[in-house]
Amino acid sequence: MCKDCGCGLPGENPVGVSAHHHEHAHEHNEGHEHEHGGGHHEGHDHPHPHTHPHAHAHSHDETDHEHEHAVGDEPRRTVEVRQAILEKNDRLAERNRGFFRARGLLVLNFLSSPGSGKTTFIRESVRELGPSLKTAVIVGDLATDNDAQRLRESGAPVVQITTGTVCHLEAEMVGRAVQRLDLAGLNLLIIENVGNLVCPASYDLGEDLRIVLLSVTEGEDKPLKYPPMFQSADVVVISKMDLAQACGYDRDTAMANIRRAAPKARIFETSAKTGQGLDAWREFLLQQQQERKALDPLSL
Amino acid sequence: MQSALNLALDQARQAGATRVHEIRLRIGALSGVVPDALEFAFEALVPGTLAEGAKLAVEHVPARFWCATCAREFQSDDMFAECPDCHSLSGELRAGREMELASLEID
Repeated sequence: MCKDCGCGLPGENPVGVSAHHHEHAHEHNEGHEHEHGGGHHEGHDHPHPHTHPHAHAHSHDETDHEHEHAVGDEPRRTVEVRQAILEKNDRLAERNRGFFRARGLLVLNFLSSPGSGKTTFIRESVRELGPSLKTAVIVGDLATDNDAQRLRESGAPVVQITTGTVCHLEAEMVGRAVQRLDLAGLNLLIIENVGNLVCPASYDLGEDLRIVLLSVTEGEDKPLKYPPMFQSADVVVISKMDLAQACGYDRDTAMANIRRAAPKARIFETSAKTGQGLDAWREFLLQQQQERKALDPLSL
Repeated sequence: MQSALNLALDQARQAGATRVHEIRLRIGALSGVVPDALEFAFEALVPGTLAEGAKLAVEHVPARFWCATCAREFQSDDMFAECPDCHSLSGELRAGREMELASLEID
């Protein structure tokens, strides 16, 4: 269950990873929450929500219990914990990152509201890159593999993650999805996150760059409404520029708002329909991939 | 919230708790967490656990940024990174993404 919005209550649909149409790969994990949906990861604990309180009342000899007292009138005490709530996800994300780095793979995490044009933009990006970067795509949605089918039109291998009730992708889901890809010769991995501007901001997947899409039809103030998402962006892609005039898009205001919420982000103004801005985007990706490759110890 | 609660329950068990009275979280302004949603999820999840009936306490951590022009850190009250002195925008977040289990009050 998501710590932000409460999606994915235990007992609902399990998370599935599928490289093919309508196939849910892991059906043996019903009843588990998404942090550990399916598959075993040795060395990691799986915190199940136990409902039977363990009777520890009398075992005062081995830990830091200071007092002796009868059952039922134990004094309250405070335990300092100071541990990151998403520590497990962060750890798995770092594992993904190490795995990707070792292969000189550039990894992008695409985030936006539903309907901003992520799928179309990714499909056209893959076409634009052509053979210069060998690309694969992982796409997450609550249900259906419609996006995966549309992405396959680009010719790139696509793995669908069906999240069920979960509103975001997590590092563990990506780690499993990657195992279904042939990574030989791959240069670029694009992850299309679930369309949502809130929860996915908190979940590191092990990506190199976070790409946040904003379409001209969404309103110029979107970056001001969702600061955590935009603040985390390395790149902001403005999509559907071909519709700018029709919807009265105020470019100056939009740019100022993006700058305010995401001061460090690179901005690309694009249209997947007309091809506007895709050249500059392509050059940027090629340059980024070269830089990753230079970090790869095996390529030296 | 499930992650936070699992972490809290694990820690409580390790400390030999028979009951959890309070779970205290530290939540940064830019963490993306919606406090109301957190409270709602908490209420939905605690029944039947050691933390049934526990209070959820949230400590808010404001966003802090580094201003390279003024060479100092500043606190932001509105999640945006504008330096109050020179009004330039900073890309360097120093604090505000926290999502931590701070402490537990247990029996």
